[in-house]
Amino acid sequence: MTSMIEPEVVELMERSNKHPSTAEAQLTEAEIEEIEREFSRYEDKASVGLEALRIVQKHRGWISDETLRAVSNFLQIPVAQLESVATYFQLIFRQPVGKEVILLCKSASCWIMGCSRLQQKLQNKLQIAPGQTTADGIFTLLETPCLGDCDKAPVMMVGEEMHRNLTDESIDKIIENKKAHHADQSPD
Amino acid sequence: MLTNPLTKNIGPENIAADIERYRESGGYRGWSKALEMAPGDIVKMVQDGGLRGRGGAGFNTGLKWSFVPRGADSPSIKYLVCNADEMEPGTFKDRLLMERDPHLLIEGMAIAAYAIGAHTAYIFIRGEYHLAAERLEQAIDEARQEGLLGNSIRGTEFSLEIFVHRSAGNYICGEETALLNALEGKRAVPRAKPPFPQVSGLWGKPTVVNNVETLCNIPNLIEHGIDWYRSLGRGEDAGSKLFGVSGRVKNPGTWELPMGTPIREIIEQHAGGMCDGYQLKGFLPGGGSTDFLGPDHLDLPMDYDVIGKAGSRMGTGTIIVLDDHTCPVGLVLNLTRFFARESCGWCTPCRDGLPWAVQILERLENGEGVPEDLDLLREQARRMGPGNTFCALAPGAAEPIQSALKLFEQDFIDHVMHGCCPFEKVAEASAAV
Repeated sequence: MTSMIEPEVVELMERSNKHPSTAEAQLTEAEIEEIEREFSRYEDKASVGLEALRIVQKHRGWISDETLRAVSNFLQIPVAQLESVATYFQLIFRQPVGKEVILLCKSASCWIMGCSRLQQKLQNKLQIAPGQTTADGIFTLLETPCLGDCDKAPVMMVGEEMHRNLTDESIDKIIENKKAHHADQSPD
Repeated sequence: MLTNPLTKNIGPENIAADIERYRESGGYRGWSKALEMAPGDIVKMVQDGGLRGRGGAGFNTGLKWSFVPRGADSPSIKYLVCNADEMEPGTFKDRLLMERDPHLLIEGMAIAAYAIGAHTAYIFIRGEYHLAAERLEQAIDEARQEGLLGNSIRGTEFSLEIFVHRSAGNYICGEETALLNALEGKRAVPRAKPPFPQVSGLWGKPTVVNNVETLCNIPNLIEHGIDWYRSLGRGEDAGSKLFGVSGRVKNPGTWELPMGTPIREIIEQHAGGMCDGYQLKGFLPGGGSTDFLGPDHLDLPMDYDVIGKAGSRMGTGTIIVLDDHTCPVGLVLNLTRFFARESCGWCTPCRDGLPWAVQILERLENGEGVPEDLDLLREQARRMGPGNTFCALAPGAAEPIQSALKLFEQDFIDHVMHGCCPFEKVAEASAAV
């Protein structure tokens, strides 16, 4: 397993090295209130790093550089320290994601029960590879470690919902339902 | 006599037992009894009861607690942490306990915290377990309202707060020192041991980390006593356990059964045996990081030391069945890819060794392997073994590799000889028909 760095990422890294941005977002009152509630539960502010990222991500969908700086400033911890946490945990998104993040279980039991074929089906349907977001901005597909529902394999999560005993038909239905749901929600 | 202490409140419907229902079946009686006991007596009782850690390592729980310094000159702050980061491939038992009977875990944690002298406890739960986290938070609120948690519990001097900490992925958080780093808001890399967490753990304070199922054993052990608890087991080990089976069996699922239940009984009776047209080729007895066992081992009882002597580990007690239509090389590749991705990258044998093993396995699975690859893979597994790495991730990852090379050696050789995966050929042929 080699770690391939996409050309776009290299370009982005080069650009940000030449022109480092120091722009900082503002945390909202609601975000600050939720983060402060966590302070009493931990021994120091630095320990709230992951919780704070999670709270802010809940409101904003993902963690931009500007947001990361705002959180690190608020917690008074070095931005590099917070970044080391943000990039470590796979459920903290440092890139924009779709409205629905699909976590497809790729672990042993799901693999035995045919998740590879279903993944192909899902990728063809959405026209994306793992790590990508659909052109309409609705779905992001991610592979995930065991989701702990192995007696109902294959399984996946869409947002916070578990979907079990997946088949070609059920995957079609789940995706179509979500598409319809988001079509209803759009202003036009 | 009570024989299903872990699942007595779990019915067929996906609802959580609330505090009323929990109390009707004797809930929080263990906690009331514990509050009248000396903490040291509880530790001794758990130790003598023979409860062994259900997270996979199987260490005596009371003995683990006994390493926490006690007495007037010991640190005044101590912590209890529940490891609810269930992420071992093929493991689906803690989810059931937390979603369906959250008070059992809360009660177990209260007793454990009292026994070790902790006034703050955390449930470290994986971020994907939304429902379990919500139900646990609700159970904590209910227990607080009834004065079972909080300040001066039941008129005693003992106070306890339990917090739910939602993690955000990463298998390595199941390793207890990596988990502690994550709780401190750091990257979840494992720490050097010693010092062990019981002496210097969370924020440098004495800390006990126990698995969900382990803690769920505590309330009834305290309420009903050592003799009752030991009598639950059918073999060497005490108590009952959640066993599970996944793979191509007729009735995959989870069941609470006596420790020492024979594997054959679990797979053939409870899981209904293999699906029609499939034969059992082998199985991983306790999750992805355990050694494969074969059909010859089916009559072994699920006891820690028995499975250990057979060359594997009971691990989490959730069995993954490998059938005769599924390629063992492909399964090992799937597992090794998982471990390679989940390596924290701290030490070389794991960070570099696992991707290397993946490359060899990919070569073999794609029919591009050479005979020497088998020895290379064996050597690779040995180098990732115990004593060469910082934590147990890579040695765990080496277990399915090394055992597959022994048990399914002919399948590996066939991949080299045929220049392809023979199982894919069969699947293609049957799909064409």
